[in-house]
Amino acid sequence: MPKIKIPHKSPHVDMTPMVDLFSLLLTFFMLTATMKPSEPAPVDTPASISEKATPDKNIMTITIAKDSRVFFNVDNGPDTILHFRPKVLEEMGKRYNIVFTPQELRTFEKNTVPFGVNIKEFKSYLSAKDNERAKFEKGIPIDSTDNQLALWILFSRQVNPSAQTLIKGDNDVEYPVVKKVLDILQDKNVNRFSLITSLEKVEVVEEAKK
Amino acid sequence: MAEIIQEEKHQGGKKKPKKHSTEIDMTPMVDLMCLLITFFMLTTAFAKPKVMEIALPEKIKKNEKVDPPKIAESRTLNIIMGPNDKVYWYPGKADPAALVPLQETDFSATGIRQVLLDRNRALFKKIEAFKDDVTAGKVEIKQDSLQAAIRQLKKSDDTGPIVLIKFYKKAKYKNFVDIIDEMSIVGIAIYIVTDINWIEESMVEHALGIPSTSSAPTAKK
Repeated sequence: MPKIKIPHKSPHVDMTPMVDLFSLLLTFFMLTATMKPSEPAPVDTPASISEKATPDKNIMTITIAKDSRVFFNVDNGPDTILHFRPKVLEEMGKRYNIVFTPQELRTFEKNTVPFGVNIKEFKSYLSAKDNERAKFEKGIPIDSTDNQLALWILFSRQVNPSAQTLIKGDNDVEYPVVKKVLDILQDKNVNRFSLITSLEKVEVVEEAKK
Repeated sequence: MAEIIQEEKHQGGKKKPKKHSTEIDMTPMVDLMCLLITFFMLTTAFAKPKVMEIALPEKIKKNEKVDPPKIAESRTLNIIMGPNDKVYWYPGKADPAALVPLQETDFSATGIRQVLLDRNRALFKKIEAFKDDVTAGKVEIKQDSLQAAIRQLKKSDDTGPIVLIKFYKKAKYKNFVDIIDEMSIVGIAIYIVTDINWIEESMVEHALGIPSTSSAPTAKK
């Protein structure tokens, strides 16, 4: 019997097109990915059936942490030409007779994380290093004697009248705190706002279709 | 994906200069890229939280005199959020002379949703039928005007309940979001978030079996 010759084939697979495609995809996803800034307080948001996505510009966010501390953030997303943040802080400083240096305003502008800092400690908060800032985060005062949250809301809306209000609350915040924040908002004529929630699967309401 | 690199066998005593393969082993690189792509794909898809819109009525200024809106007692449904995710409800109006016992329920599908559905069936059916018509293509409508059309349906409704949502002091923020969410699930046309009054506070405390901490306010007017 004649020997059957198996043709000698190289076991190499040309991976070039695959690598090309992968690097393309990787570049795309890396560029589109927005890094989530670290938050001073972890907040576990409740779920709702709403499918509306969070707007990413013209927003101010009021965060209520589990321990009833209130944080505030005014953000204009990637649109930094308008310099809303330093303007708001400047107005706030004027009210409390604190003059912020251009350096401090720049630090505030760059660091777009929610803050829960009393305005009187703001200077030392801004000059502190990133990892030392936590001790200043005692929450923004919301009492009627020194209602700084109301002023933050007021000035943010003066600087950017189209700012939408978002409330991000933790599951376990007690209602009286929420009520207080809502009252402050209503005092400042903000009657329409959005609550940040995570998406819950829509349960089919079968019972009604009897 | 492993590659086998063939090596030439050197036979004989003659020393030849070693031939290096011109190909580079790309397997580790491809592995790493696969991993990174998966990571970025998953993080971008799930990062965005959702928002729920809510509008509160304009606040009445202290020196402004506004008559409280008149609403039919028969259509009124009071929901009170209690501690530990408990939900209490009672129809009509609280009367300090004859306390209505509170009905206790919860956030499950057979709980408060059923109560609301029973009262809102007519409107709910109308909305569902309308939505079905839209999906079946019977009604030509744009997606963004669907919400407006539903709002119109809700506006013209006059059979559904008027829900007053109140919070006992130990209620959680979660309950606040859940109950408003429930309103949109069931399609309640009119609901108001309002303050709890002392009668209802004592009703909740009675239902919980704890001593009452609230009493009738002394006449201030």
